This record gives sequence, C-alpha cells and structure tokens, in this order.
Amino acid sequence: MKKTILTVFAIVATVAAFSQSERYTSAMKQNISMLDSALSNGKIIDLSNNFERIANAEKTQWLPYYYASYCTIMDALMREDKKQVDVIADKADSLLTKAQELAGSENSEICVIKSMIATAHMTVNPPARYMKYGKASDNYIEKAKQLDSTNPRPVYLQGQNTFYTPKVFGGGKEKAKPYLEKALAMYTKFVPATDLSPNWGKSGTQWFLSQCD
Amino acid sequence: MNKTFITLTLLLLSAFSFAQTTLSGIIKDYKGKPIPGASITLRDTYDGATSDSSGRYNFSTPEKGEKILAVTCVGYKPWEQNITLHAGQMPINIMLKENLDELKAVIVTAGSFEASDSKRTTVLNSIDIVTTASANADVTAAIRTLPGTQQVGEKEGLFVRGGSGEEAKIFIDGTLVNNFFFSSVPDIAQRGRFNPFLFKGTVFTSGGYSALYGQALSAALILETVDLPERTSANVGLSTVGLNAGYQKLAKNNKASWGINYNYTNLLPYFAIVPQKPDYFRMPLYHNAETNFRIKTSRTGMLKFYGYFNYNQLGLRNQDIDSSTLKNAFGLYNNNEYANLSYKEVLGRNWKLNIGTSYSHNLDNVNTDLQNQDNENQHIPYYPYFQKAFKVDSRSQLATLKTVLEKRITGISAVRFGGEYLWNKENTDYSNDTVFHALSSYVDNFTALFAETDIYITNDLAAKLGTRYEYSSYLKKSDIVPRASIAYKLGNKGQVSFAYGMFYQKPERNYLLFSNKYLYQKATHYILNYQKLTTEHTFRVEAYYKKYNDLLKTVPDTNNLGYGYAQGIELFWRDKKSLKNFDYWISYSYLDTKRDYLNYPKSMQPNFAATHTASAVVKKFVLNWKTQFNASYTFATGRPYYNLMADGAGKYYIADQGKTVTYNNLSFSVNYLPRLGKKDSKTFIVWVLSATNVLGNKLVYNYNYSADGMNKVAVTPPAGRFYFLGCFISFGIDRTEDVINNNL
Repeated sequence: MKKTILTVFAIVATVAAFSQSERYTSAMKQNISMLDSALSNGKIIDLSNNFERIANAEKTQWLPYYYASYCTIMDALMREDKKQVDVIADKADSLLTKAQELAGSENSEICVIKSMIATAHMTVNPPARYMKYGKASDNYIEKAKQLDSTNPRPVYLQGQNTFYTPKVFGGGKEKAKPYLEKALAMYTKFVPATDLSPNWGKSGTQWFLSQCD
Repeated sequence: MNKTFITLTLLLLSAFSFAQTTLSGIIKDYKGKPIPGASITLRDTYDGATSDSSGRYNFSTPEKGEKILAVTCVGYKPWEQNITLHAGQMPINIMLKENLDELKAVIVTAGSFEASDSKRTTVLNSIDIVTTASANADVTAAIRTLPGTQQVGEKEGLFVRGGSGEEAKIFIDGTLVNNFFFSSVPDIAQRGRFNPFLFKGTVFTSGGYSALYGQALSAALILETVDLPERTSANVGLSTVGLNAGYQKLAKNNKASWGINYNYTNLLPYFAIVPQKPDYFRMPLYHNAETNFRIKTSRTGMLKFYGYFNYNQLGLRNQDIDSSTLKNAFGLYNNNEYANLSYKEVLGRNWKLNIGTSYSHNLDNVNTDLQNQDNENQHIPYYPYFQKAFKVDSRSQLATLKTVLEKRITGISAVRFGGEYLWNKENTDYSNDTVFHALSSYVDNFTALFAETDIYITNDLAAKLGTRYEYSSYLKKSDIVPRASIAYKLGNKGQVSFAYGMFYQKPERNYLLFSNKYLYQKATHYILNYQKLTTEHTFRVEAYYKKYNDLLKTVPDTNNLGYGYAQGIELFWRDKKSLKNFDYWISYSYLDTKRDYLNYPKSMQPNFAATHTASAVVKKFVLNWKTQFNASYTFATGRPYYNLMADGAGKYYIADQGKTVTYNNLSFSVNYLPRLGKKDSKTFIVWVLSATNVLGNKLVYNYNYSADGMNKVAVTPPAGRFYFLGCFISFGIDRTEDVINNNL
C-alpha cells in the first residue's frame, strides 16, 4: 500500500514536472514563433505581455523576461509619438534587469537589448541625449561583441544604425552594407544554444540589405 | 488500496480537467476611456490577455478555484482582485487608476522658460543658446530673444517686464552669483562672464518663481552646470578676439573628472581693423582661467566644483559732454574670483538632498579723469567738472550656503524645504581732488528659510504653494512672502497656468554703503499663461500684472516712497518641423509700465522700457555643406529718454524728453564643421563667423545731457557692427554624431 502510494506520487510528480517543463517549452516556442508577425501586425505589446506572464509564473527562467523586454523595447522604437517612449523603455529596462538577475550575468544578448533601450531613450530628444544615450548604445554593442564574437545581433544593430545615419555624416546605405553582409554571414553560422535561445534579426538583416541596393 | 487509488485518480483527473473558464470584459480609466494594451493575468499562470484598442479582453483558462486576477498597464496603477474561478463565462469589467507621473502631469509654466537638455518642458536647449546669431555665445544675450526682455544696449543685465537690470538675479547650481557680468563701463553693456557650454540647464523665469529663490523683484535666471564629460579631451581655439586652450580628464572608471581652461582675450588687433567710436588708451584685455572637478559619489550622488579666476583691464576716452575742449577718460582694472561647490544625493526612498555653497570676490579699480586735447589730466575745481575726476576701488565679497531637502509624498507630489545663508561684505574707497580715501563698507548676514509643496490632484491639475522668510542683519528687517501657482491641462496638449507671488529685494549696494535705514523694495506678480507644446511646435501666450511698492527714491532724500506697475502680453512661437532642417522662433512683448523711483519727478515710463519688442531667430542646417546658418532679427519701438534737472529748491523736473529711434538689429552667424562625418578623425573643428547689425541700422539706446541741458549726445554702440571669426578644435572627441543628431 505504502509502496503503491509512493509510486503513484512519484509518477504524479514526474508527470507534473514533465508537463510543467513541456508546457513552458511549448508556450515559449509558440510565442517566439510569433515574434516577426507581431512586429508587423501591431501585436507586439500582446506578445510582451505573454512573455511577462510566463516569466512571472516560472520565476526562475531568464528567457521569458528577456523576450518580454525585447518586445517592449521594439514597441518603444517603433512609436512615432515619442511621448511615452521613456516610460516604455524604463519598463523594458526593469524586465531586462530581472532577466539579468536570473541569467546570473550580463551576457551578450542582454547587452544587445541594453543598446536598444539606450537608443530608444535617445530618440526622444537626439540633440540633447546623444552624448549620454548614443554613446551608451554604441558601448553596449561593443560589449555584446566582446562577450560573444559569434553573436550576429550586435553587428546587425550596427548596420541598422549606420543605415539610418545620413551619408554626409559617414552613414548611409553603402556604409551600412558591409555590416549587414557580415551580420547575414554570421546568422547563417549562428547556432542558438537551445531551441528557446535568441535567434531573431535575420529577416531584418535581409530586409535592410535589400534596401541597400 | 482501491479506494486510495480511486481518490488519487480522481485528483489527477481533476487536475487535467478540460472544463474551462472564460474571462472577458472591458478595461477603462476613471473617466470611462477604454485602455488598450493592458495586460490581464491570472497570477502565477500563463493565462491572460491583452486589452485591444477598445479596451476589451477575453481569455480562457483551465484553472480552478481561488486565484488572483491582476492587471498592469504602463501609465496606470496596478490592479488586482481575488476571484473564484468556475466553469463557464465570467464577465469582469475593470477600472484602472491613472498613475500620477511626471511625464504626463501638468506643470506650472506661468512665468517660466526652461532651456534644458533633459526635461520635457524644454523651449530652448543649450545648443540653441550657442547658435543664436545675435548672442555671440553669451547666455543672457540668447535669453534676450525670449519674450519679456528688453533690448538694452547701454547697460548689462536682464531688463524684464518693466524691471531694471538689478531686479533680475542669476543663480548657478542653486546659489546666487554676484558680478555675473563683466564690470560696468559707462554706456556699454558688458557680456556675461561664463561660457555657455558650462551649463546643461537654464530656467529663465520672468516672474512668479519658486520660493526657493528670492531677492529679485523681476526675474531669475537659474543655471545648472554640466555633469561628467563624455571622455577625456583637449581643445584649442583661435579667434579675432583671442585664444583659448583647455583639457578635460575623465577617470578610467567614468566616475570622476577634472578640467582646466584658459582664455586670453585682447581686442587690440580687432580694434586696429574695425574702428571704434571711443578712443581706447588701454586695450581691453582679459585673462581668464577656469578649473573644475566632478565626482559621482554614488549611483545617485554628484559632487561638483567650479572655480573661475579673471583679470581684465581697459581704458577709453570720449568727448566731454560739457566742454568741447575736454575729454573724459575711464579706466578699469578688474579682478574676479568665483568658486562653487555643490552636492546632490538621493537619501533613502523618498528624500533628495541638494547642498550648494559658493564664494565670490570682485575688485574694481576705476579711475576717471578729465583730460585736455593732449590727453593730459586736468583739475578744474568747479561744477560740473570737479566731480568728473575720481578714483574708486570697490570690493564685493559674497559667501553663500544653501540646503534644500525634497521629500516625495504620495505619487509625484512633493514637499521641498530648506534654508539659505548669505554673507556679503561691500567696501569702497573713494578719492578725488578734495576727498582723500573716503571709506565706506557694510556687512550683511542674510538668512532665508523656505518651504514649497507640489500638489498633484490629478495628472491634469497641479498646484505649487510656497512661502519664504528672509532676514537681513544689516537692514534689521525681515519679511515673509507667499508664492502660489496652479496649472490645469486642457485637452489637445494645451494647458493654462496661473502664478502669484510676492518678492522683496534689498536696495543696491551704492545706497546701502551709506545707510541701512531702508525697507525692502517689493513687487507683486500675477501671471496667466496658456501653453501648447507638441514635439514640433511650442506656442505660448502670457499676460501679467506686476505692482511695485517701496521702491527707492533719492529725492528729496533717500527713502522707500517709490512705486510703480508693469503689465503686458507676450507671445512665443517655435516651429522645428514644418520645414526640413529649419528651425525658428518668434517672440513678441507688449509692455505698459510706469514708475516713480530714484530722482523721477512723477510716475513715468522708465528709460529702459520699450512698449513693443519682437524677435525672430532662424536656424538652418545645410547637410551637404556641413554648415549651419543662423540669423536673428530684433525690433523694438523707441524708448523714452529724459533730462531730469533740479530746480533751485532741489526739486527735479523734466527739462527735456523724447523717444529714441526704433531699434532694428539683424544678425547673422555661420558655423562650418569641416570634419563632420569623418568618423576616423581624431579632431573636431568648428569655424564660426558672425556679424551683428549687418544692415548697419542706427542704434540709439539713450541720450546724455550736459549739466546745463544745452548739449545732448546719443548713446550708441562703440561700433556700428560687431564681427567675429573663430576656429575651435577639440581633440579626442568625435562630435559628429552629436551634430548629426542635432539636425535629424
């Protein structure tokens, strides 16, 4: 009797644990698969909320916070009206802080988001904020490269920033192209650590490259 | 065994039950406006939804029993409620309370213009000040393109809303600065001493300002110095008026920095090429050294020091007004030192501390002589000549200490309080042919206590209430004044605000040196303001009424029986976006003011007040030429001028009066950045070329009269136009992106 109960409990526990982690993986996969579409159909806040919900329920995973932060900062960067950008970027920052605490260190992917957060703050008032946030954004790109030289995302961000810089200031399509080509080459080699690890940016790189010709 | 097994199975089954609950509803704020983008979550589960553009949400969950439903949304207070889930439909409508946040909340704008690099109330930023064509990199000259200010060219200072130059005070990092301008020269306005790049934030208030500031009847210019530099750099500059060099070192840990700067100005070469009306027998020459250190003492703490040392000299001769054969010679040597140390830190959760202390010392050695055609000193012992030759040494010392504590109370409402202590010592030593070293001096220990609260009733309605107590040991007088303002946000990005305040000011040193039997002079302000601020445009209209009491009178004896008023309407419009790379602002001020003070025989419009003043400032960046073009145009109707003479009984009357010609001044400047875009370049170069009054309009500021009233001479600038050409190079900083971002 005792043995049976123990066995059943063991089974239940295993099933529960397995289903828990499977539920996490499948929920994450489903949401990650929506990243690109959410950016184009205006559902990026919904997606951010989904990730945050998973993050708060799981409590120990850094990736859902990371993705929630990524979605939030993409929302901030895409806004035409800059009024709310600071508040939204602050939210992305607080989500990212939680991600970093759980990840245990400031890894390359986290630096990529930090660069994007700095860029978002800068766009609110570029003349006044460049010296602080523009430099911070560049520094995080460099740090992201140092922490993982195979990560294509910092190179992609660099290409994107150069793309939007006017020609007369040393930016423009021609200057951006080498960065984007390099990023694309890196994307083809890049192997994410797990199924859930960050792997975004390839389609964006291709889009920017297509605009360079 | 069986029973146990069945129980367990049942338990398992219920856990995997497919009976779902559907939650749905609408999320609104307290005004009934739907909130999109809110996150609705069943706490500790994956289940939830995001509200759509009409505030609706809808989701299903397999969860059962007691759960917490939580809602979060940027800009709103989090909401949560315990619910018991049961299978089927569960409609739940939710109301969220708006978060009181600084970004959305209304702020009091009555009377105040802010030029800052970070705050959202920005009307101008620090680059705007440097690139205003008429300003020649003088902070106060740029401020003179804003409404409320007068185009006074014969005397330094900000003449605001019918107030004299002495009625506007300047504060750096919270503490009062004496001698902000270079020492006075008769009939020639002097520049501000400080480099505009020293400041990251500027608040110009033309009235109704905070209880944290006092002893200024008309206006306060509040300057905040920069924090740590971005990186180590060196710079040199060469211009038509002098040269400069500097070095800024940023510590490796990015937490501390120090810097030194030296400026040498000598107008000899410039005056050799561009003739000046006065005859300069001692060329204007300036040595100016600055030093600073800044330490980030913690994540939120900052300690800053700024030190300034200046020596300058000049001497000029003009035709004497009473005699065709005599000349007046004016000579000046000036020594000025200024030091400012400030510390700010966040204490605990809701407290902020600001401490500032400063010391300044100014010594003017002035010598005026009457000279013949061979420039030899003459001694004529009768009126009006005997008083034209004298020597005076004036020394001013000011030490200040100011502490402000701020506590956040609920939401963004806050209380601020603190105190201020100023020790001021003034000395003069006067000699002429008959007087040998007449010494006069006084010391004033001035203390002030102040408290102020920002109350946010909602994001749309805010009030600021303050009070200030002041005591001067020299005058032995105290005062306590109220300050109040209220702001209300209308829909459509517009807002109205109203400010009221009482302001006291000590009489000027020239009077205090001889007596302390005075009252404070007093002004009461009422200001009504409408402002509409979008990212592209700023529109402001402001109406005010200012009442003066207890102004100083010098006739028949010195007393506080003067009085006056000023009222007017001002407009400001700025447009950055309508035309690409083109930015302009326009200000207009209407002023109606009269006062009876000093030796005025009655209440009349003072000679520093024009009825209509308008300015337009235009900036256009041409990317392909790497050049920015700036122009500014200022117009003012003529100002009154008077010849006030005393009759036999010592009573003053208007012997002559008139109005100066209208003031028209068109200025241009060009900034060329040849290294722009060269990313690998280690140096950054800026060329500046500027010219004021390019059209050569006749500028008349006032008239001087001979003692008998028979001779009348216009006060005009020393030269019709002023030109400037300079080249400034910095090493180590690539400011390309800085410039790009200024112009995107």
